[in-house]
Amino acid sequence: MEAIILQVLNGLDKGSAYALIALGLTLIFGTLGVVNFAHGALFMLGAFCAVTLSRILTLSFETIDPTRTDFLGNPMTVHTPYVEAWFGEAVGGTIIDWAVPLAVIIAIPVMALIGVVMERGLIKHFYKRPHADQILVTFGLAIVIQEIVKAFYGANPIPTPAPEAFIGSFDIGQILGFDPYAIMYPYWRLVYFFFSAVIIAAVFAFLQFTTFGMVVRAGMADRETVGLLGIDIDRRFVIMFAIAAVVAGLAGVMYTPILSPNYHMGMDFLVLSFVVVVVGGMGSLGGAVAAGFLLGILQSFASMSQIIEALPGINQVVIYLVAVVVLLTRPRGLMGRKGVMED
Amino acid sequence: MLGLNNADRKLFLIVVCLVAFAPFILNPFPDNVGMAQFNAGYPDLMQKLVIFGIFAIGYNILFGLTGYLSFGHAAFLGVGSYAGVWMMKLLTMNVVPALIVSVVVAGLFSLLIGYVSLRRTGIYFSILTLAFAQMCYSLAYSVLTPLTGGETGLTLSLNDPRVIGVTEVDGNIPVPHFFGLDMQSAVDLDVAGWSFTFSTGYYFAGVIMLVAFYMSVRLFRSPFGLMLRAIKSNQNRMSYTGLNARPYTLAAFVISGMYAGLAGGLMVAMDPLAGAERMLWTASGEVVLMTILGGAGTLIGPVLGAGVIAYLESIISTINDSILHSWFQALPDSLENFLVTILHPFVGHGWHLTLGLVFMGIVIFLPGGIVEGGRRIGNLFSRKKADDTETAPEPGE
Repeated sequence: MEAIILQVLNGLDKGSAYALIALGLTLIFGTLGVVNFAHGALFMLGAFCAVTLSRILTLSFETIDPTRTDFLGNPMTVHTPYVEAWFGEAVGGTIIDWAVPLAVIIAIPVMALIGVVMERGLIKHFYKRPHADQILVTFGLAIVIQEIVKAFYGANPIPTPAPEAFIGSFDIGQILGFDPYAIMYPYWRLVYFFFSAVIIAAVFAFLQFTTFGMVVRAGMADRETVGLLGIDIDRRFVIMFAIAAVVAGLAGVMYTPILSPNYHMGMDFLVLSFVVVVVGGMGSLGGAVAAGFLLGILQSFASMSQIIEALPGINQVVIYLVAVVVLLTRPRGLMGRKGVMED
Repeated sequence: MLGLNNADRKLFLIVVCLVAFAPFILNPFPDNVGMAQFNAGYPDLMQKLVIFGIFAIGYNILFGLTGYLSFGHAAFLGVGSYAGVWMMKLLTMNVVPALIVSVVVAGLFSLLIGYVSLRRTGIYFSILTLAFAQMCYSLAYSVLTPLTGGETGLTLSLNDPRVIGVTEVDGNIPVPHFFGLDMQSAVDLDVAGWSFTFSTGYYFAGVIMLVAFYMSVRLFRSPFGLMLRAIKSNQNRMSYTGLNARPYTLAAFVISGMYAGLAGGLMVAMDPLAGAERMLWTASGEVVLMTILGGAGTLIGPVLGAGVIAYLESIISTINDSILHSWFQALPDSLENFLVTILHPFVGHGWHLTLGLVFMGIVIFLPGGIVEGGRRIGNLFSRKKADDTETAPEPGE
């Protein structure tokens, strides 16, 4: 029982990331009808927002401290971040420590801007082109973005730790009545799960309870009729693209303490997120979220040592295997709507 | 001749000439001038050009004719490579059994994957092929290590049995050969500063590529090829006329998988090792790129695309800052440094950036690839009426 709960929990954080990326992909697909292979790159850009912010915050000046000497006997050079000099050591230190959560605030406008530029600059011209062209051009864009990031930040993963307050693990087992230390779960993963739950809820609430969301949903169902009613649906769809970019970006920002960002993390997640979208059903938001968590948890179950012993290699392929089975038995995915992508 | 019409025969002869004289064409600069780094006439690169040519020709049969965008073709290349190395380990260093087995194994493999994937179309098909390829990659990397060598890759060793060949030659692993013709041997020809290399391996691969190209021309012009085009233009209409499209698409899929296996087998014949990274989905992306760049659905397009990309890859990735400085040394220092700084991210390790930009540019502005570009330029200079351009087949329809 402990083992099962532990695996479910372990699957949650990866599942959250899949769900967030897949949600954005589905939003873009459902509204604009575009298959966006550059969505993983947006996730990666979000992660690098956090890296950039933490680099900016730790920008420092050098002073020579005559009271201390290094091992050669020379006076020691001390690096003091500007933030600590301006706000005092305690406050400045806390700001640096909280770089990743703070990056969320920076990432929202940045990712929204990137999303709008991408849509207006490139994707707009591909609405009428076949899906193959959309896939290819966004694939090219993903390569370009990824290489630009590589040129600036190098090819190595950049560790970006979580705030000190969230380092360590939380003993969930004790709360649920198991032995102490039976189920340990890192705090940050818990934070990540709640964070993504909030974002998913916010996106759904936005679509469900606002007039804007209602128009967008109407546009997803029948774009032409909404246009005939005198509503500029294109402008709203641009905003949805920006929202999808922000969702992917935030997923990336908060994921940095779990996985040190590197330039190809976007591609790694993209392939899996596409599988998630297809399993969930192209164009179904609920399906994307459900399939994201489902596959995340399945993957963590498949990584259990007992299961790997019985079926070696299953942890590597379980997601693809599930995708194949789902697509062949339920061609529209778990919750796919009729008439989407069936041309 | 050869059952080709006039235009195709001309095209085929052009390709024959290109392949035959590639050591000269790709070595336009004498060895001692600064431009010599643009020479591509060395055996490794030329072999790569024709091998990727075969891969792209095969991919074009699937993507260009039926419009099915597969993102998993590298898996067949990888499977072909592994099969080839195993033949060399177990049977003989002669490349013929290795090539035959590569093609057969890749064909069977693509039959299996194609049978499942082709039940869906459009993006679902792309994702399914991608999923299968990633599955093969992950398995080759982890569980199947005894069969694939895992991270280190599959290599020959001195104690391989090689039942109908020789296990070792003078204490070394024997090299791949074609009935005694050593694949890695080469003849150098020095003419007034130029140095041309004629590699056996290259010509062997080149002849195979010509055969592959010829077969693809015949296939394009056959009733079968016409049927595949019909599927691309409207699959529903095909089913309404009472025709089951799936056997045709499956046949196209298997043929292109066998081409990929042949390419994989040839890679092994040139350099007997196989690694899992050949199956990675970026490798599949590369062949898509080659086909698009040259012009999907055209005969010569994939060959051109493969050539251009393989050439650019090896040339651009060798350019470094000092070479850039030497180019601009005539300019004032500040301008020189500025230009070098601008160009730096695009060359050397950053060549993928150039590749991505070129690729995006092609998809955005020239969906028909190099072939369409050539046709447009041709139309500019010819005196034909403007409406002639309208009859040009619309790619990506």
